[in-house]
Amino acid sequence: MRRILIGAAALALAACAAPGTPGGTSARPGTVPAAPAGPATPAGPGESAYVSTYRPIPGEPTVIRNVTIYDGRGGRIDSGAIRFENGKVTALGARVDERGARVIDGAGQWVTAGIIDIHSHLGNYPSPQVPAHQDGNEITGPVRPEVWAIHGIWPQDPGFSRALAGGVTVLHVLPGSANLFGGRGATLKNVWGRTAQEMLMPGAPWTLKMACGENPKRVYGSRNQMPGSRMGNLALARQTWANAQHYRATGGRVGTGPPRRDVAMETLVGVLEGRILIQNHCYRADEMMHMIQMGREFGYRIAAFHHAVEAYKIADILAKEEICGALWADWWGFKMESYDTIQENLPFLHAAGGCAITHSDDAHGIQRLNQETAKALANGRRMGLAIRDEEAWAWISYNPARALGIADRTGSLEPGKEADLVLWNGDPLSVYSRPLKVWIDGGLAYDAADPALRPVSDFEIGQPGEGDVK
Amino acid sequence: MIRGLLLLLVLLAGAAAAAQERLAITGGRLVTNAGPVQSGATLLVAGGRVERVLPAGAAVPAGYRVIDAAGKWVTPGLVAGLAQLGLSEVTGGADANDTRAPASPASASLVAASAWNPAETSIPITRRAGVTAAAVTPFPGDAIFAGQGLLVSLAEGARAPISERAFQYVALGTPGGRIAGGSRSAAWAELVNGLEEARRLRTGIAMPFRDQHKDLRITRDDAEALGLVLSGAQPLLVRVDRASDIRQVLRLPALYPGLRLVLVSAHEGWMVADEIARARVPVITLGMDNLPASFDQLAATMNNVGRLVAAGVTVALGTPDLDASFQPRLLAQYAGNMVAQARIPGGVGLSWGEAFAAISRAPADIFGMADRGRLEPGAAADIVLWSGDPLELSGFPERVWIGGVEQSLETRQSRLARRYAPGQERGGLPEGYRR
Repeated sequence: MRRILIGAAALALAACAAPGTPGGTSARPGTVPAAPAGPATPAGPGESAYVSTYRPIPGEPTVIRNVTIYDGRGGRIDSGAIRFENGKVTALGARVDERGARVIDGAGQWVTAGIIDIHSHLGNYPSPQVPAHQDGNEITGPVRPEVWAIHGIWPQDPGFSRALAGGVTVLHVLPGSANLFGGRGATLKNVWGRTAQEMLMPGAPWTLKMACGENPKRVYGSRNQMPGSRMGNLALARQTWANAQHYRATGGRVGTGPPRRDVAMETLVGVLEGRILIQNHCYRADEMMHMIQMGREFGYRIAAFHHAVEAYKIADILAKEEICGALWADWWGFKMESYDTIQENLPFLHAAGGCAITHSDDAHGIQRLNQETAKALANGRRMGLAIRDEEAWAWISYNPARALGIADRTGSLEPGKEADLVLWNGDPLSVYSRPLKVWIDGGLAYDAADPALRPVSDFEIGQPGEGDVK
Repeated sequence: MIRGLLLLLVLLAGAAAAAQERLAITGGRLVTNAGPVQSGATLLVAGGRVERVLPAGAAVPAGYRVIDAAGKWVTPGLVAGLAQLGLSEVTGGADANDTRAPASPASASLVAASAWNPAETSIPITRRAGVTAAAVTPFPGDAIFAGQGLLVSLAEGARAPISERAFQYVALGTPGGRIAGGSRSAAWAELVNGLEEARRLRTGIAMPFRDQHKDLRITRDDAEALGLVLSGAQPLLVRVDRASDIRQVLRLPALYPGLRLVLVSAHEGWMVADEIARARVPVITLGMDNLPASFDQLAATMNNVGRLVAAGVTVALGTPDLDASFQPRLLAQYAGNMVAQARIPGGVGLSWGEAFAAISRAPADIFGMADRGRLEPGAAADIVLWSGDPLELSGFPERVWIGGVEQSLETRQSRLARRYAPGQERGGLPEGYRR
């Protein structure tokens, strides 16, 4: 979101943050707790009409052998093998049954769990970043839980294909952070789709973007509207939750007439009922504390704080509260609430037993989440923290899956889980490495060696550079 | 009082001499940018300059303090091809940003050096990443000419730039067109008008009689400043991306002989690489952009730098925008990505040596800092001792010297990290007492 960062008027409006997922005991460094058993998520009002039409790319039984494996959850297998078929991982270990499978020799290469970006604006702030494409912020009022990111996603954003070439198999597209309540996020499988529904991950929980801090108060304060201060942020958000509690209690009934649906309130009630996960843009330590207390007042949990530049200051609190921190490796200085960045934010949160997530918020950064993780890891080691490479990989696979409520299905390479994985041409935490192949639900979605397996968006057809190695 | 002052001066001179001691940095993997990478060689430093390089195994002469670099890498300090260091402490919402002046009537005559703050926290933060010098640019405000940029050392205690009026910066393409009145042709008209006014001034021809308020926007001071561009005293950095715009810009040296052109950004440069090379015009670009972020850069690819270099263009990596996602302290990472690009099927990137030169020697050459970006006899002793491969994500500067003086690698960020480092018990005095 460079555009957004550059313009003082629109500073980091896109930035938001994520919610925590439930469940899990605090992780000790090096161990990632099991995901909660996937709760059945009954559809909320209206949701059954807006369903995914995703169909996996056809795959074939495949074995990659003689390869280093990071399972995405802290595990590592040297000279190992993995087998997947029918969209699922079926085996991994020192060796696996190769019968009936296409066999790839991975000598000198790595297999990792596919990268999950918990904070993206691909599709709703797409390339080209022209005025006609600015669909990430419903900037007409600070309380907009009724809008859904899925309805602003342009599936022809060329950024999806760049992220794919960077090993991203799942991404969570969020509304921006202009509003206290920005709207629902959408969790996508990173496949080419004619419609956003063809990318929508079936059954993934809905999420709600919230924001605290500078952005809402600046946007609306400058219009002489509430919120014009951090106090106003909290007051308006609290009143909104109070309204949602009332709506939940009354079911929208006023007097004796039939219930009157309120689609904004339906989203908020989904949060109060635990079906919709809060992804909370929040930079400063003190403000995260306010958001935690507001959650207590109204009985909801925050899945993740997004951006959370000051997570390191309250790493103990975030660990205890089991709220993930979705963080950059080193962004800083673009506004006051990003001033106290340190390069050890991810490893410090991890070392405190917290759930650290490397996120992008950026169409370029999403292509290199492995590098962003590697930088943060190196800075942690420089401060004396012993964190293994394969452990840090959870920052871009299992931990974001937890915060998105999909860790029972993807985010790690385990038998029975979805075959979202990447084959790298070298150590995936090296600057010199790139994905060779990317599978999503067992279908080969990208092959660096085969231009025919490099999706090109409709927008790029017939343009200079079409189909180039990017 | 005067005696006290003299004493102080003597002490200061003594301190500088001590800091600029004779050094023998031995045993490392030495990258000089002026010859092949050598293992185990010794770099001799004296008087703030590189004295010479001794081959591996040679005895260190007496009188040098030996720095053991065994297992480490030793390189010239990195040079940021373009950055905003010292012009913006916080980008927005903090009244701490001097990169642009949209409400000022001045444009080309603006001197960014007059705003430069060597105490900005970004300077030690960037130095910690091995960057020892930078070209610092302002951004255009209400005119396509942004004003004059400067060259700076990132040395501790630096009080003045290396060069205060080092180049002029102008934006064309869609951004320039928007500023100039709505179209590329308006931007071109504003550019040519500025240069023509400067030419009239230089040749003593009076300004044509006309109402300046209704005419193209250039003040006399601005025209005088552009005289430095016409004479070639300052290179003209032109921010441009689209291939057709680059072609148009390449006409300038023919129209204004003596004008020294540098292209900035040039995302579609690869499409006209041969023409850029023939014109001997260098390019400063981020190298990482591979999205059609606008209709100016539909063909953007990370192959751009590799293709330009293959065509014979001098390319420096820089961060043309003030942008949290692309920071000058990350230039080594970007150079590493240029190497990675060469290793994928169909990718065109750089060799390690080319990539390292793009963040050291090439920017130094483009800006005429012939004694920087290399470690050869007589060069400034701007030296970085790295824990490992400088372009690798795990490698970091362990020690940095600028002009032979060892630099602090402490930053506001490293201080905050120490204050909140894991393993410190809470319960006594709170963190605010830890310093």
